Amino acid sequence: MALPTRKFDAVVVGAGGAGMRAALQLAEAGLKVGVLSKVFPTRSHTVAAQGGIGASLGNMGEDSWLWHMYDTIKGSDYLGDQDAIEFMCRMAPEVVYELEHFGMPFDRNENGTVYQRPFGGHSRDFGAGPVQRSVCAADRTGHAMLHTLYQRNVRANTVFFVEWMALDLIRDASGQVLGVTAMEMETGEVWIFHARATLFATGGAGRIFSASTNAFINTGDGLGMAARAGIPLEDMEFWQFHPTGVAGAGVLITEGVRGEGGYLLNKNGERFMERYAPTMKDLASRDVVSRAMATEIKEGRGCGKEADHILLKLDHLGVDVVEKRLPGIREIAKKFANVDPVKDPIPVVPTCHYQMGGIPTNYHGEVVVPTPGNVSTVVQGFYAAGECACASVHGANRLGTNSLTDLLVFGKASGNRVIEYLKENPGHKDLPADAGEVSRARLARLDGQTKGESVFEVGAEMRRTMQAHCGVFRFPDMLTEGVARIEEVTERVKRTEIQDKSKTFNTARIEALELDNLIEVARSTMICAEARKESRGAHDRADYPKRDDESWLKHSLWYAADNHLEYKPVVLKPLTAQSFEPKVRSY
Amino acid sequence: MKFRIYRYDPEKDAKPYMKEYDVAMEPSDRMLLDALVRIKSLDDSLSLRRSCREGVCGSDAMNINGKNGLACITKLADLKEPVELRPLPGLPVIRDLIVDMSQFFKQYHSIKPFLQSKDPAPEKERLQSPTDRAELDGLYECILCACCSTSCPSFWWNPDKFVGPAGLLAAYRFIADSRDQATNERLDDLEDPYRLFRCHSIMNCVDVCPKGLNPTRAIGRIKDIMIKRMV
Repeated sequence: MALPTRKFDAVVVGAGGAGMRAALQLAEAGLKVGVLSKVFPTRSHTVAAQGGIGASLGNMGEDSWLWHMYDTIKGSDYLGDQDAIEFMCRMAPEVVYELEHFGMPFDRNENGTVYQRPFGGHSRDFGAGPVQRSVCAADRTGHAMLHTLYQRNVRANTVFFVEWMALDLIRDASGQVLGVTAMEMETGEVWIFHARATLFATGGAGRIFSASTNAFINTGDGLGMAARAGIPLEDMEFWQFHPTGVAGAGVLITEGVRGEGGYLLNKNGERFMERYAPTMKDLASRDVVSRAMATEIKEGRGCGKEADHILLKLDHLGVDVVEKRLPGIREIAKKFANVDPVKDPIPVVPTCHYQMGGIPTNYHGEVVVPTPGNVSTVVQGFYAAGECACASVHGANRLGTNSLTDLLVFGKASGNRVIEYLKENPGHKDLPADAGEVSRARLARLDGQTKGESVFEVGAEMRRTMQAHCGVFRFPDMLTEGVARIEEVTERVKRTEIQDKSKTFNTARIEALELDNLIEVARSTMICAEARKESRGAHDRADYPKRDDESWLKHSLWYAADNHLEYKPVVLKPLTAQSFEPKVRSY
Repeated sequence: MKFRIYRYDPEKDAKPYMKEYDVAMEPSDRMLLDALVRIKSLDDSLSLRRSCREGVCGSDAMNINGKNGLACITKLADLKEPVELRPLPGLPVIRDLIVDMSQFFKQYHSIKPFLQSKDPAPEKERLQSPTDRAELDGLYECILCACCSTSCPSFWWNPDKFVGPAGLLAAYRFIADSRDQATNERLDDLEDPYRLFRCHSIMNCVDVCPKGLNPTRAIGRIKDIMIKRMV
């Protein structure tokens, strides 16, 4: 029996910043769009972003999109595609102004313009010194942005399917994407969402690591669905470890703390970033700061009884600045670190935060895969934006604030591209005869499993393995062993068993299905990391401590079916600007 | 640590019941949500919503020892045992600690929670003074967890007619915004024996808000503006 079917012009999977920005574009164009989300839209993980959105408005002094572009390319350790980066940095002011017009409660300057704060890796005049480029709403920028986008979608009458989990991508024999299968969590029913265009905005998969700033829902669902459907994943070895997660709890402390003047101290009370990054100091890019912190800890200069963390000092900013610019941080520090940061420093450690890689796209948000004779062939009907996508604007290391910029710019751009595509391609193509079979088989396997292992146990083993074998510093033997261990865990994921068989809001079943997605991300990460024999951005190998542009200035593409890797060149030619040639990177 | 947790699966339970758990905690289990995740690792049928685990997404609101709150920012050390957990009061239960929030969101949507401006958008940002922007502090931070509305007796009695504290806080967030030009329409919509005036300043909402917001004060301000408009 075929699954029940709903038809849409476009289906958006995910209702975070990118999904809702795209949905807004589609709904306002009068298209029939359905937005699927595992959680109520304002619970998406964009809500947790704190520091700001990068855009060269120049409200605090001179700035230009070209400087923003240079910083982003340098931050990416030259792995970012320069056409996509130019596009993002040029579009950033426009999408920020739009967000203001939608009602975003940005912080303001005395003259009424939007306030901007300094942020890591953002500089004036090609690295001459810090610049104030990050627009924000105190330290709750993601929350304010996500709610504003939801509110604007309410105005546009966007149709949301709340607490529906997408399960699998539907492709026909030609490879064209025709929609997804999805489960309504409240009833356990599975439907086919038959769409002329399918846009993934499913976010990242930071939950592959034990210590993560990410929400429970960040399970890489879009990546898992894409990988199972034969789409390669790009640059999955590049994971950002944010310098300041609360030690032990993992909760994020924004880089905005350092933007507002806070700094890091080792056990000797030394402001050690001055040694590692003489110009930008604590505002060097995140990979640089995280590595410096990990080095301090490794060399015995960590703080606390176990010498296992670094201190983030901000008491010198005074109560007024903290209350005005960083109120959420004070709340988090009190709750999760038991310190009041207006008096005492916050214990922090580098913590998994952001996935630079993802589903390969061009700067229009179209998913692209290599075919004979073309490294970037568009997959018909398939789009991706935000953290789940790899455009690639972040390359080997993302700059703070550029994630929200990415969501807005590529959410809007992919929405626009879908609108054009739908105009040129009227009508639904027929579903293949076996549409939905993959999902049915997965669910039947899970329901019928006996003598299996618990999802919790297998998931914990995956997270421990990733944490131990693929962290801030990577070692050849650990990576080789990590590949073998993740392959073992992959076999165990195929035999997970749940005790709860209820149809009604069965979160055990959801967690099992999420683990199917997480494991694809973990595999791709470990295999890409083992294969890349250089150090670049967030990927740091003890045996190859230098960047190697001769052999490795290229993107990794991993295929799930047989674990094989391909590579494609980095786009070094921007749209209009001069190319930025790879240089030695120092802050 | 001992817990008594409300359990109900409509597929197999004729009626809800309280299930007791006695589970050893690890030193890393500091918040109530940590404990619930641990319990779920032993009994995967326990159902609850959760996501950010840092008090900003609003998923894991529940009734904790008789008071609404977020599990992820409630410290275990502060809880009296056995910790009694129930779904948010006043809304239909879907399963265990998961309630149907449709009524709550319907009220939120009813106040037209989006900026309304008749002027064409300028090329750059609209200007707003820091003082005008400061009017939004204590209003825009709401996470829609529903702790407030589901602790409000007026909302329990009239969830279909009374907007409730969360929705009214949002209404005032737009009335207070110097950029919004629909204040009169917003006030017209609320001028009704139920939508606004069912608030009797019981202040349960203020007591439970996990973000420290004050819906009662916002409601008072709407009433003030409405009275000023009449005279």
